Amino acid sequence: MKFMVPLAIFGVLVAVLAIGLKLDPRYVPSPLIDKAAPAFSLSALEDANTTLTKASFSGRPLVLNVWASWCSACRVEHPLLVSLAQAQGIEITGLNYKDTREAAQALLTEHGNPYHQNIFDPAGTLGLDLGVYGVPETFVIDRDGIIRHKQVGPLTPEIWQRDIAPLLAKLKAKAGA
Amino acid sequence: MRRFFCLSFVLCLATGLVGAADTPHTFTDPALQARYETLLNELRCLVCQNQSLADSHADLAQDLRDEVYRMVTAGQDNAAVLRFMVARYGDFVLYRPAVKPLTWSLWFGPLGLFFLVAILWWRIQRQSSKILDTPLSSDERQRLAALLPTADSHDNAS
Amino acid sequence: MIVEYGHFALALALAVAILQTGVPLLGVAFQRSVWMDFGATAARWQCLLLLTAFLCLAYAFLSHDFGVIYVAQNSNSALPWFYRLSAVWGAHEGSLLLWVLILSGWGTAVSLRSQQLPQDIAAIVIAVLGLIGTAFLLFLIGTSNPFLRSWPAPADGADLNPLLQDVGLIVHPPLLYMGYVGFAVPFAFAIAALVRGRMTPAWAAWARPWTLAAWVFLTIGIALGSFWAYYELGWGGWWFWDPVENASFMPWLLGIALIHSLVVSEKRGSFKNWTVLLAIGTFALSLLGTFLVRSGVLTSVHAFATDPTRGVFVLAILGTIVGGALLLYAWRGPSALAGGSHHVVSRESFLLANTLLLTVATATVLLGTLYPLLIDALGLGKISVGAPWFNLVFTLVMTPLILTLGLGQFARWKEDSLQRLVKQVALFAVGAVLIALCIAAVLAPTTRWRAAAGVLLALWIVASVASGVWARVAKRQQPWAVLRALPRSFIGQCIAHLGFAVTLAGVSLTSTQSIDLHTRLAPGDHVALGPYTVRFDSLRELDGANFRASEARFLIERDGVPLYELRPQKRFYQVRSVSMTEAGIVPGFARDLYIALGEPLGDGAWSVRLHIKAFVRWLWLGALMMAGGGLIAMRERRRTSAVGALDALVNPR
Repeated sequence: MKFMVPLAIFGVLVAVLAIGLKLDPRYVPSPLIDKAAPAFSLSALEDANTTLTKASFSGRPLVLNVWASWCSACRVEHPLLVSLAQAQGIEITGLNYKDTREAAQALLTEHGNPYHQNIFDPAGTLGLDLGVYGVPETFVIDRDGIIRHKQVGPLTPEIWQRDIAPLLAKLKAKAGA
Repeated sequence: MRRFFCLSFVLCLATGLVGAADTPHTFTDPALQARYETLLNELRCLVCQNQSLADSHADLAQDLRDEVYRMVTAGQDNAAVLRFMVARYGDFVLYRPAVKPLTWSLWFGPLGLFFLVAILWWRIQRQSSKILDTPLSSDERQRLAALLPTADSHDNAS
Repeated sequence: MIVEYGHFALALALAVAILQTGVPLLGVAFQRSVWMDFGATAARWQCLLLLTAFLCLAYAFLSHDFGVIYVAQNSNSALPWFYRLSAVWGAHEGSLLLWVLILSGWGTAVSLRSQQLPQDIAAIVIAVLGLIGTAFLLFLIGTSNPFLRSWPAPADGADLNPLLQDVGLIVHPPLLYMGYVGFAVPFAFAIAALVRGRMTPAWAAWARPWTLAAWVFLTIGIALGSFWAYYELGWGGWWFWDPVENASFMPWLLGIALIHSLVVSEKRGSFKNWTVLLAIGTFALSLLGTFLVRSGVLTSVHAFATDPTRGVFVLAILGTIVGGALLLYAWRGPSALAGGSHHVVSRESFLLANTLLLTVATATVLLGTLYPLLIDALGLGKISVGAPWFNLVFTLVMTPLILTLGLGQFARWKEDSLQRLVKQVALFAVGAVLIALCIAAVLAPTTRWRAAAGVLLALWIVASVASGVWARVAKRQQPWAVLRALPRSFIGQCIAHLGFAVTLAGVSLTSTQSIDLHTRLAPGDHVALGPYTVRFDSLRELDGANFRASEARFLIERDGVPLYELRPQKRFYQVRSVSMTEAGIVPGFARDLYIALGEPLGDGAWSVRLHIKAFVRWLWLGALMMAGGGLIAMRERRRTSAVGALDALVNPR
């Protein structure tokens, strides 16, 4: 009977490895899901005199897109964001991460501005508190400031349709009621 | 997303031109310096995921090193720094996994294996000794007599 | 055209491998001698064909044939010829070709040196090697063919990864593969024993040199990898518990257990089931390593460009071959593998203890490496298990092993008395403790006890080796004559154990006594590093074959006396847009001085890492001694042991 033990252990090992093939070892899930978004006090990208805080965004669900002018992957999702903002009227708030005002605004002028508002975070403090590690990232935050979803990497139409749009609809319905 | 990670991955192993950050921090107090360096070796870089904060040249690693520096000079203890990181990045960022029910089999597994193996060893020893102490049956003695014309004790050469 | 010949040779090799598997097995089943011997012929043909394929691929690199996709991905017109040659195994497809080539080489060697084995056993061994070759050739041709072409051919290639443009990394993979693949031989032997239903001490004697040879190659390969990481990566680190490093370390550890178990099976006819299980396990770990590197299941600095389809294929190979072997073990093990007995206090019991403890150590590394994957697979989150965990737990697991290693050397075979052992041990143990205390006294206060503990364990091993030699030589008429006539296996064992002690001491001392400094320096600045003063003298730019470099000049002096000059570089390889650091090192027996450039910090200043790495060379010196000991032990003149003769009497074929 004990001669069967190695085979049994090996079977478990192969099963674990097989499941592992479907997983992404580099993906880091966020510990902030269903927790309150961090407090912050930063200026707006467009106007250095306007201060934005967490209160500025409460009362309605928020799609927060973390981006930067130096980030090549952000260019990949940019057209999708523009089309979501313009064609579907989705309100996207941007978090400009570790960037300069000039470079950021130049990009928006050249490639279109999908953002309703932009938070300017040159030091990356809000990014740090949000656990940003791979720009671009997109957060869905409900009207009470609780983070409900985090997408790491560029958005694609499939990801939007599958993960974010239904969640956003649900949050809006709750907010409306 | 894979393509993005591939790019940063190549940059990680050999520092790239853009986004390589390696500003050292120094303390006047050597005890603080030692704590700072220990902490950097306990934390994983999330961009260059095979390097600790001590070794990584990623921009994010520099930001996190700056944050650790700030916290240590402000008098926070090691546990507070680690809690800060875990709150934002999850358990993934700890190179020494926390001891909790999820990781009990990791932390106590080797010890358990050791005891299992010790028991196994003892049982094999007992069985082996028993074989030596059990006299031959009459059948076995007959077979032995047929094979060996003279009874010889074999030497204990090592 | 040459490339196409190589491609054809590859396909033919697959056909030959299938024959090498099927024909000898059928020969054993139907008792046809000619078919059984055919395996040897097939093995040699396979080796010839794969060598042809390999040389054709090398030709493609040397002749800049960028129409071949693999060449275009890993070479460049500016790449020097020796790196173009090593680029053949620089990425997944080519390294896999090297893997099967080396396997066929081992198969040929086995076919030439298996006269001592019964014909049916030799046939099964070669057939199993053929089966492994078939599986990997299918994988190679099916998913990872290095001979595929693209049209139109690109004008130039993407260059070899700059990390691989280094002598150490040219030699590292072939050595590792010789080790990994070499463990297929004891694996095949174990399968043969299971299939035929028994294992004799004579067969164990046959398998031991092959196992030792594979292990020696793996030792050198791992040591070289560690040394390369040390001088190339710029942080003075030599082991990171990276998943792929662990993947090479596990078969190394289990291989040691296998070697020792083989010794007992050969000398005393015991532990046969352990030997077979360890032989299967060691090769299983080799295959697991292949899987981990090429599947993308774990993040690692070593991973090749990964692809889940390839991962599935390798997992299927791993599952079938090892699963089949373990099934065979479960079925035939109980009947085939009984034998041998010993008293509770005897060398066998210590060897058994060490074999089991080495298995625990291997299992510990496996647990730590795969635990994050296990947790993720169960959907329970994402954790990391890194160097802090491994360093702590592995050290704890190894400590009892080192203690029993020492005791085992003192103990007699078959039967010994506890009283005698304690008497012998006491003297040497006390001596070791005293020396360790003296050493602790001269070390830095904060780390002295940790360092001393490690050094004590190393001294314990040295004491046990010395006691073993003393026991053979003392009270003899002519001690020198006895020393000269000592059996090679004993000499090899002593040197290997001493090598382990040297590495252990090196690890303890370098982890605790080194000085590491990371600081900002501009030309003209100076900084204190331990007893030395290091001055950043100047910086200049220069051009290499395919890179541009900034080279710094550092002057090191002590008490005002100028001692050394170091020139670390920061290189930028244009084609791949990647920077590498080349450290400046002053090597030494008791310490290395190490300076590496980090990043430029603006206004002329640089981030610089300076180290005094205490006793770091002992790590690799010890590894070389272990390898040397293994080589000497391999060349043991074969004698049938008394137990072997008895076994042949009692169990006639």
